[in-house]
This record gives sequence, C-alpha cells and structure tokens, in this order.
Amino acid sequence: MATIPQLHTLPPELVAIQAQMEGHARRYGLDFYPTIFEIVDYDQLNAIAAYGGFPTRYPHWRFGMEYEQLSKGYVYGLQKIYELVINNNPCYAYLMQSNELTDQKLVMAHVYGHCDFFKNNLWFGHTNRKMMDQMANNGNRVRRYMDRFGVEEVEQFIDACLSIEDLIDVHSTYIKRQDCRPPKFDFAQAAEEEGDDLPEAGRFRAKGYMDHFINPPDVLAAETEKRRARDQQEHSHFPKEPVRDVMLFILENAPLKMWQLDVLSIVRDEAYYFAPQAQTKIMNEGWASYWHSTIMTRQGLTAADLVCYCDHHSGTMASSQGRLNPYKLGIELFRDIEDRWNRGRFGREYDECDDLDAKRHWDTGAGLGREKIFEVRKVHNDLTFIDTFLTLDFCREHKLFSFGYNPGTDYYEIESREFPKIKQRLLFGLTNRGQPLISVRDGNYKNRGELFLGHEYNGIDLQMNYAHDTLENLYRLWARPVHIETMLEGVKTVLSFDGSEHTTEQAAAAAR
Amino acid sequence: MKIEHDYSRFKQIVRGKIRANLRKYVTHGEMIGRKGRDLVSIPVPSLDVPHFRYGKNGSGGVGQGEGEEGTPVARGDGDQEGGAGQAGSEPGGHVLEVEVTLEELAQIMGDELQLPRIEPKGKKNIVHEKARYTSIRRSGPESLRHFKRTYMEALRRQISSNTYSSHDPRVVPIREDKRYRAWTTEPHPEVNAVAIYMMDVSGSMTDEQKHIVRTEAFWIDTWLKSQYGGLEVRYIIHDAAAKVVDEETFYHTRESGGTRISSAYKVCNELITNEFPVSDWNIYCFQFSDGDNWGEDNQISLRLLREELLPASNLFCYGQVESPYGSGEYLRALRDRLVTEVDNLLLSEIRDKDGIFDSIKMFLGKGK
Repeated sequence: MATIPQLHTLPPELVAIQAQMEGHARRYGLDFYPTIFEIVDYDQLNAIAAYGGFPTRYPHWRFGMEYEQLSKGYVYGLQKIYELVINNNPCYAYLMQSNELTDQKLVMAHVYGHCDFFKNNLWFGHTNRKMMDQMANNGNRVRRYMDRFGVEEVEQFIDACLSIEDLIDVHSTYIKRQDCRPPKFDFAQAAEEEGDDLPEAGRFRAKGYMDHFINPPDVLAAETEKRRARDQQEHSHFPKEPVRDVMLFILENAPLKMWQLDVLSIVRDEAYYFAPQAQTKIMNEGWASYWHSTIMTRQGLTAADLVCYCDHHSGTMASSQGRLNPYKLGIELFRDIEDRWNRGRFGREYDECDDLDAKRHWDTGAGLGREKIFEVRKVHNDLTFIDTFLTLDFCREHKLFSFGYNPGTDYYEIESREFPKIKQRLLFGLTNRGQPLISVRDGNYKNRGELFLGHEYNGIDLQMNYAHDTLENLYRLWARPVHIETMLEGVKTVLSFDGSEHTTEQAAAAAR
Repeated sequence: MKIEHDYSRFKQIVRGKIRANLRKYVTHGEMIGRKGRDLVSIPVPSLDVPHFRYGKNGSGGVGQGEGEEGTPVARGDGDQEGGAGQAGSEPGGHVLEVEVTLEELAQIMGDELQLPRIEPKGKKNIVHEKARYTSIRRSGPESLRHFKRTYMEALRRQISSNTYSSHDPRVVPIREDKRYRAWTTEPHPEVNAVAIYMMDVSGSMTDEQKHIVRTEAFWIDTWLKSQYGGLEVRYIIHDAAAKVVDEETFYHTRESGGTRISSAYKVCNELITNEFPVSDWNIYCFQFSDGDNWGEDNQISLRLLREELLPASNLFCYGQVESPYGSGEYLRALRDRLVTEVDNLLLSEIRDKDGIFDSIKMFLGKGK
C-alpha cells in the first residue's frame, strides 16, 4: 500500500462526511471497493491529473505538457478539477484542498458513483485492479531503462509506441478471435519456449537401439516435408485474418530489443487499462452525476449547502456554445430511462401505440426504473447505451442537433435536427472511441517483410500530416517499410514510408 | 513530485521546437497576436503525438442548444490542419499554444540568431533627476500649501488651547500651522534609445510586402526592447509625402501613391533634431521600401542620408522587399555610393517571408 505517499490525512470533518456519504451510497445499493480519499492542493492535483491519476507513472514529457495546460487553465480560471478517481482496488480519490465543504460532500457522493461503476460495469471487468502497483513497477522499469540506455533513446521509443497506442482491439478481451492469444505478452513463457529444444518433427521418444525402427528416417523426412508445406500454407497469408490489435502484432513480430518489447507492452497494457474509461465516458459521468444529485438532494444537503450545491451542479451540467456535455447527456439519459421504466413506457405495446395523447399520459405504474438503470450500468458502454436508449422525444426535449464541417466557410455548422442523423453522428463518434478502424492486413507484404495496414474506410479521410508522422513512428518500430491503405477523396490510396521518404500511390482508377 | 522533471523536459523540447522551427514562426503572421501587454502566444502544433485520426472533411458531432440549420457552432482551424480530434462531442482539434513573454522571446531570438548584446554609446548611464513630492515641510511657497494638513494643525492647536468651540466651528490657521508639500529628488534612469521605423506605403508595395515589413519590424522591436529598458519608438510612413504615425496606423494603414524616399528622411531628421538630440540618444533607423524611388529623388535622399541621418544614427538599416514589379534600384544606389564610406549603414534584400530571418540577423548582428 506504500505505493503512493500519504499526502495528507483526511481532516476529521471530512472523515465524518465520508462516513455519511458512504452510508447513503450503500443504502441505495451502490457496490464499490474500499475508497481512500486524499486531500491535495491544486498543484498536486494538477500533477496527479497530468499523470492520468498515477503519480508513480513512468516519466514522459507529455505529462509535463498536460501539467502545464492544467496549471495554466487553473491559474487563468478557465478550468478546475474538483476530484479525480482511480479505478483500482482500493479506489483512490483525490480531493482538492480548497474545495468548500459542500463541494467535498458533493464530490464524495460523485466519487462513490464512479467507484460503483468501475467495479460493476462489464467493460471494466478485465482491468487490473492493482493498477496503482503495476504503474509504479512500470515506472521503475522505464526509469531503469533510461538510466541504462539513455533518456533520449527511451523517450523517443516511447513516443513511437504512443503513436499507435490507440491501435488496440478493445473487444479482444471478450471475444475469442481465431488467433486467440492472451492479450498480455508473457516474456517468461516466451523465453522458455525459445530456450526449449524442440524434438525433430514427428519423432517419438525411443531408446537408442530402437530408434531406427520407431523413427524410420524416410518417414521422418516425409513428415518434415509435410510440416514445412503446411507451415508455408499457413504463413502464405500472415496474419490469416486482419489483426486489429496492431500493438500486439508488432510486439510479437517486430525486431525489437528486450527493453523495447517491455516498454511497448507497458504502453499497451496502459492503453487497455484506460480504454474502458474512453468507452464509457458518458455513462460513467452520467452515473456518478445521477448519484451525487440523488444523494445530495434527498439526504446530503443542509440549508446552508443549497446555493453552493446548485452553483456547482449547474456548472458541471452546463453545455457551452452548443457543445454536448457528457455529464449532462449521461445524467439525463439515466433519468429518462428510470422514468420510462417507472411508468412502463417501453416494450411493444408502448412502441406501437398510435394515440399521442395516450402515449403522453402512459403510466402503468411498473416502477422498474431503479432496477433498470442498475442493469444498464452493468452491461452497456456508451455506444450501446446511446444506440439502445436515445429516443426521438429525448432529442427534441434536449434540443440536440448534429453538426458537420463545412470546408467552404471553415466552420462547423448545424446540419440537422432529425433524429436519425443525430443518432448516427453520436454513434459514429463513439465507434471505436472516435478513432479510425485500422488493422494489420499483411505482415509480410510483397514477401519482403514489410508491414501493410488497412483503414476500414467509412466516409472520413485520415488526416494526412498525422498519418505521415504516424507512419514514420511505425517504421521505427517495424524497421521495414510500412504502408497503409485508405481512401483519399474517394480514391483508394496507399501511403508508404520506407525509412527515408513518403510515397503515395493512388489506384489507377482515379477518376480525375 | 516528479512532475517538475517531466515539466522541464517538456519545456526543453518546446524550446527546442522553437529553436528548430524559429524560421517558421518568424514568418507566421498570427504570431504577432500579442496577448495582454507582454505575452505572445506561439502555437506549437507539432507537440501532439501523431496518431491515425480523422481529418476535418466530413467530420462532425452532436451539440445541444438553439439554432437553425447552417448556424455555425465552432470554427475550423483555418489553414492549419487541425481536424476534429474527438469527432464525438468536441469540434476542432487543439493546437497547443505556448505563451512566452516578450523577454523570453527576445532571448530565444537572440540565442538563435546569435545576436550580440548592444553596447550603448556615449553616456552609458544617463541619469535624470526627477522630483517627487513625498514629504511635508513647515515653510514653502503658498502654491504648495497642504490644505488638509494645515487645517488639521490649526484644529489641533485650537482644541489644545481651548479656543475651539463646537457652536462656532471656525478654524483659522495662523502662520505656525501652515504645512507645505516638499519634494525629494530621485535618480531616474533616462530612456535613451529610439527606434525609428520608416515604411514605404506607396502603390507599388503590395499587402504581402507590407506584411513582411511589419513582421520584421515587430521582431526588431522585440529585440531592441529587450536591450533597452523602455525603448522609444517612432513610426513614419511615406509615399510621396511622409508623416509620423502611431503604432496602430503603421501596422494597419493602406495607402498608395508615388515614392519619394527623401520625404521620409526629412521627417526623420526633424524628429531627431527636435526630440532626440544625438548626444543623448542611441538612434536606430529602419527603413523598408521596395526601392522603387522616383529617379531624381535619389540624389536628395543620398545627400540627406550621408550628411544628416548616418552621422546621427547608431545604425541605419535599409531593407528592400522584392517587388512584383521588379526590384527597385535604390538598394544598388546605396550600395554603390555609400556603403564603403560608412560602417553604420546596413543593407539587406528581403526576397520573401523566409528572408526576414536573415535580414534581422544582418541588421542586428553587429551589436551596435
């Protein structure tokens, strides 16, 4: 437990509030790991937030950059972090020292919502609940590599790894892919396998004088031949199926040194650890906000807290300049679901009802709301959440609109208020966490050991300057030319980088 | 906390980036966007770790609120390829802007261009004595009488001598009551450098050329200001006639007309004679033109320069921006006739935006 320094012990008034809030949360049926609150000042909080919540993380300049932005934002009064919760067992939550007592109450209630979500949501099921310790270990290892191989060298390698950190397969922890390997690369095992002397193909164990009879040489030769043929067959296409976990593919196949493999696997593990938080932003924040609001308005608030609470809560829920606030969308959707299931506004009968008036006053007194939202928080992620529960009425009530980029004016403009369009835009932004879908198509392209990636095009081009830079970083990992196939203004295009220059090859059918 | 280490690492990289790409930023028009009084924001777009990500075209998202179809909700990133980072909820990518104080910027520029620190001429520490009224005396001229103090003294005297009556609250000060403001003299370092920028705004100067001139003037300004506490700056624009203008006008004016460089020299000379006596001032003149002077004016200009301006200035810099109508001959005239005679005349030819960098180095590299 000595992984993070005890920064401040919680003052007695906060201990009392914690006990109170935890009690409320439990009575509502929230279920969470033990939660440890730490009080930190704004500078510490900014630093911790810059490290993604893990003060012991490996050193890297981007945390410094993150820190600068947070600090600037805080100093200029643009933003303020109230709290930070870490998905870990026990859960760590950092509170800002300067928060008022009312804020601390609210924040604690909010934190218990997050903790419950971390523990129970299916998509967090695979995450390491001892991440605090693992991050510390990772950090130490990276530091050791830096001492040994030089800060510059290691940092540059980390930069290259980070370039592809989003190229993972978030579903691989739930689906058995054809090529099912454990998501984590096990070095110990790999070393063992390499070390073993594999017996010659098809050879049986035999005592020396019997060997000639049990393993006749001609049969052995034929067997070896057969195996080689089969191997060739298998390797003729490599990988057999496109692999979405590009990081894993590189980890297993790129000519990297031991420390590099380790660093790459560290970056990959962290990417898998953080992925569910990106996948459930709306739900997670919505759920936590739902609970802070429920607990505070029903039990937590005293008359003295009221104004401060309202101020803070409305600040959190505000959507500025037409931007969609995930807190707001989440809490409203949860409330909407609760309301619908309380009044029985679901199922075939309700959907097929044509009488607008009857629909408006529909209430079967089903009272299933609370039960339903607990179920929703267990099984859904943002994508399925929106897909399942966003309704036309909801869009209208909350004045949602979809917007798109207009190259003519260089503005993002309101596109439509039609339900299907809005839903489509939302879902698109959530698909694959808003990132292009990219997979390894060929690890031995042109039989020259080159890496060939494919972008599953869905209407939006890649950003070219970024794609070029990413290819350069990929080359640093793969050490052979790298390619990616995508569409550019409607034309099939292959971007390549061979270590010294970029080439762009467009399909001959270019209609221009 | 270890964040300091990462933070300084990041800063080093940023500084490295600024160094490596300084040319780019010098030519970056937006760069002059001063924030507040002393801060300049430098966008550092390439500090992102590159990923495969969506470009702008076809991207979008969902928002909440009022508005008709076609109402703009957010701006694209102009020429820079920014793209929608999270096509989900937030339009527009972010470009990290590093804020640098003008001093830092000047230092970075100084390091990069290897500019020497400037040696002031003549009276190195011209100190001006300035009077400040900070104390009170019992004697002095009536014009400096401190009314309130005098009244208080009179009141105090009346009360203590029991002559004050609340029924008849008249307070009449006598001579001993009177108090006067008194001054002390403080040494006040004199601002003793002036930069005079002359710009040709005649019809042959295109907007792009003016932009080059303004960018260069900004950078020179930044450097000189870092060298002299409180630099005086004067701006002169001219076509066939010249006038002294304020900073705003200098950076934004659009004019047209013929070109008579001597007119600017005359105004400049008057300025120096009237406001900035040569003995006390370090004078820097920067002249920018496309060199397309009226033929007969060259004689007058050169004479003015030789006899009046050059002897008065620490440095006289002439930057000639290349004109779409062919480069003017004024630069050649100067080079042939004057450069060999004097050592404080610097000439540079600015072909395009990228030439600004070299031109600044040329102008300020001498450390005069």
